[in-house]
Amino acid sequence: MAEAPALGLLAQFPSPERLVAAARAAKAEGLLGIDAFTPFPVDELNEVLGIEDHRIGWTGVIGGTFGLVGAYALQIGTNGNYPIWIGGRPLVAPQAFALIGFELLVLCAVGFMVAAFFVFNRLPRYHQPLFWVKRFERATRDGFFLYLPTPDEEALRQRRAWLEAREPLSIDAVPR
Amino acid sequence: MADSQDLRREYRAVERETVELPLAFPATRGWWLCFSGALGLLALWFVSVSVVFARGVGVWGNSIPVNWGMPIINYVWFLGIGHAGTLISALLLIADRNWRNSLNRFAEAMTLCAVVCAGLYPIIHLGRPWFFYWMAPYFNSMHVWPQFKSPLSWDFFAVLTYLLVSLLFWYLGILPDLASARDRATSRGYQVFFGLVSLGWRGQASHWARWRQVYAITAAIAVPLVVSVHSEISLLFAAGPIPGWNSTVFPPYFVLGAAFSGFAVVAMIAIGMRAALPLKALVTPWHLDMLGLALLATGLMTAYGYFSEVFDALYAGGEELATLGDRLHGQYAWSYWGAVILNFVPLQLLWSRAMRRNPWVLFAISLSVAIGMWMERFMLVVTSLYRDWLVSSYGHYTPSFWDWALYAGMGGVFLVPFLLFVRFLPVISAAETKEEEHDEAAEHG
Repeated sequence: MAEAPALGLLAQFPSPERLVAAARAAKAEGLLGIDAFTPFPVDELNEVLGIEDHRIGWTGVIGGTFGLVGAYALQIGTNGNYPIWIGGRPLVAPQAFALIGFELLVLCAVGFMVAAFFVFNRLPRYHQPLFWVKRFERATRDGFFLYLPTPDEEALRQRRAWLEAREPLSIDAVPR
Repeated sequence: MADSQDLRREYRAVERETVELPLAFPATRGWWLCFSGALGLLALWFVSVSVVFARGVGVWGNSIPVNWGMPIINYVWFLGIGHAGTLISALLLIADRNWRNSLNRFAEAMTLCAVVCAGLYPIIHLGRPWFFYWMAPYFNSMHVWPQFKSPLSWDFFAVLTYLLVSLLFWYLGILPDLASARDRATSRGYQVFFGLVSLGWRGQASHWARWRQVYAITAAIAVPLVVSVHSEISLLFAAGPIPGWNSTVFPPYFVLGAAFSGFAVVAMIAIGMRAALPLKALVTPWHLDMLGLALLATGLMTAYGYFSEVFDALYAGGEELATLGDRLHGQYAWSYWGAVILNFVPLQLLWSRAMRRNPWVLFAISLSVAIGMWMERFMLVVTSLYRDWLVSSYGHYTPSFWDWALYAGMGGVFLVPFLLFVRFLPVISAAETKEEEHDEAAEHG
């Protein structure tokens, strides 16, 4: 079978509801590799597309733990390394270390999460094939796009027909 | 679907008032006027800092016993202003209050600019500012470490963390709008600029899902961060054995006072931007109403702090009572009564809805609060310090010309980046406003 001239098809819908309905139908059809692009978060898509990713939260937990443990290790370690005895105060004072502990907990938790956000999303990426589709600029304005991959000519024809039946505003082929 | 047509028109209208503003800026002349003024202040800042660096902190009015003076007063004032941006954005995001969407972006930008100003003050105040990096724990040939039990060291970590977390939170929020601006841009320069800063964002469903998570968790963690940072500022005071600085109400008193002054500045900026830019459909009288209520609520809580301080002094007696006397009728009583009157008397107008919705009245009250809160910090620092333990050590404090020049110059450090933000970036969150429009339409069928 000849390889399709396009990576996939991009159909634009006028509302999130129509997009969710189309995505649900595509899932029910058993189509693989479908994706959606919207100008604002549409939570129903997570359930339809099976997006279930809790890694960001866990990265935050790991980052926070690292920051807190790191802060105490730093403060205890440096006090041991260069003891400053003032007025008989304890060298290791957990209460006095709590504030820096909390600050570094927050800093590392947020830093780790933001880093994870970019890594998991494979960003930054200046250009990608979707951007060749002129109409795709509306994905950041008022267009709700459904993407179907087309591995070969046959799939391209079938999926175009399938999409046309869903009455989108437009259908574009994403150049390979 | 007829209403989806209407909604799409709404989305485009939102875009015109947000991401398309910088692409065809409507108030270029007014902006240049403000920007030249801000550049003038920035130049003044460079001059004032050069004078301090060349001649030392002796050019200021600070002396024993009042060795904190304007740098610390202004440091606390600027940092306090910053806190409102985070609170509006993060607290209202967690509480799912959609009205934040019209305010959060520029309030966060205000936070960033204010924290930069705040962070610069202690560094300039160090006396030998070129050694400020000694505050950071790093391996060095002297084999010494920072004193981690000192509030000065806590300060370094608190302000640094606050600056970085605020920056990341702001950037996460603006990222989808930068992509939107990239797609709306028609000139090559803007396309490349927004293309680079939007990092290839394309609104993919899985990206939005992760965006929601990271944004919400960062917001949830930013609220206690605000509380910790300004509590730490109050500990900076409380760690000194100075009558007037050891009241147990200090941490909440400082945090709420900070939010109070910050809400005032947010209200002033909102009113100013509303007058200068075509934002009236997004920043409505109702938003001013909400800001007025926030101002009133935090103001009353700050008033409780004043009562509590007085009660503490009456209860403690001794030196605490003497300091209270200095505040009420000492040499600097103007700062105490100025704070009480400017902070709480005009504020009472805000009980009326019509007053809250009147931009002129709200602006005047906010200005009064911003000045009043500056006087409060002056009162806290100076009236506690100028009468030392021994009568022979009593002193005075008069800010010098260079104190005022540096303070005015800091206005430039605040305004120059803020005006650049207003000119070149979307000042209101487009993606979240669109989502809000959609949800409202869905609710009302």
